[in-house]
Amino acid sequence: MTPTAAMKIATPTDREVVMTRVFDAPRGMVFDALTKPELLKKWLLGPPGWTMPVCDIDLRVGGKYRYVWQNAEGRSMGMGGTFQEVTRPSRIVATEVYEEYWTGGETLVTTELVETRSKTTLSTTVRYASREARDAAIKMGATKGLEASYNRLDQLLATQN
Amino acid sequence: MKPSGYSLDATFAALADPTRRAILVRLPAISKHLKVLERAGLITRGREAQRRPRKLEPRPLAEATDWIERYRRVWEANFARLDAVLHELKSKEKKTVDALLEDVKPKPKQRRSK
Repeated sequence: MTPTAAMKIATPTDREVVMTRVFDAPRGMVFDALTKPELLKKWLLGPPGWTMPVCDIDLRVGGKYRYVWQNAEGRSMGMGGTFQEVTRPSRIVATEVYEEYWTGGETLVTTELVETRSKTTLSTTVRYASREARDAAIKMGATKGLEASYNRLDQLLATQN
Repeated sequence: MKPSGYSLDATFAALADPTRRAILVRLPAISKHLKVLERAGLITRGREAQRRPRKLEPRPLAEATDWIERYRRVWEANFARLDAVLHELKSKEKKTVDALLEDVKPKPKQRRSK
């Protein structure tokens, strides 16, 4: 495994969260890993035990994408949005909304790739609709946690069956 | 201000300043030192009735850091897997390039010296 720099998380404004990480690969390759379903399915999995059976990407301005994650017990969680800007290999802007109600609504996600000496700095900026939406997402995460959210989703699904 | 009146935004903004973080960490020591300075007559304070002691409120800090930590854990796991994907892509690319070079390069005996 290649050595990598630690990930950084920052909150530069009252409605944004920025995540930065350096990868030991040229940015064209990182861009592919972020946008090609067969590659994305290998790594964008979240908590342990989850897989990504659905990964549809129509990579063009106005194009849509949709991801669905599933765990061993068959629980699933979906997310999707629309591309607003696609500039290979440096920048992607897309809306993002989780199909469950607990994440604070639609966010705008800006992905930027900067290459320096064959290494790529990936920065992902998640912009919430408002400070209240961001705080709601943070407080939800802080007080309940992802697992609790999944449990809640469980209950929701159970009541619908 | 009562403890429940904080906003996460204020928490993050307050913690962004290194001096304020240093004060927060040393709050108990600082008040002890203030007492020493006061007893030595180097500083004085106003009327006792207006005294408003400050103590550390752990909740807003815990809420903010818990969330960041959870977010970090999930994304660090994702990015570690992305490292592996990139590593795989690079070795595939290297193999392709090596194979191409193998096809075009002259026989080792005929290689010109630098």
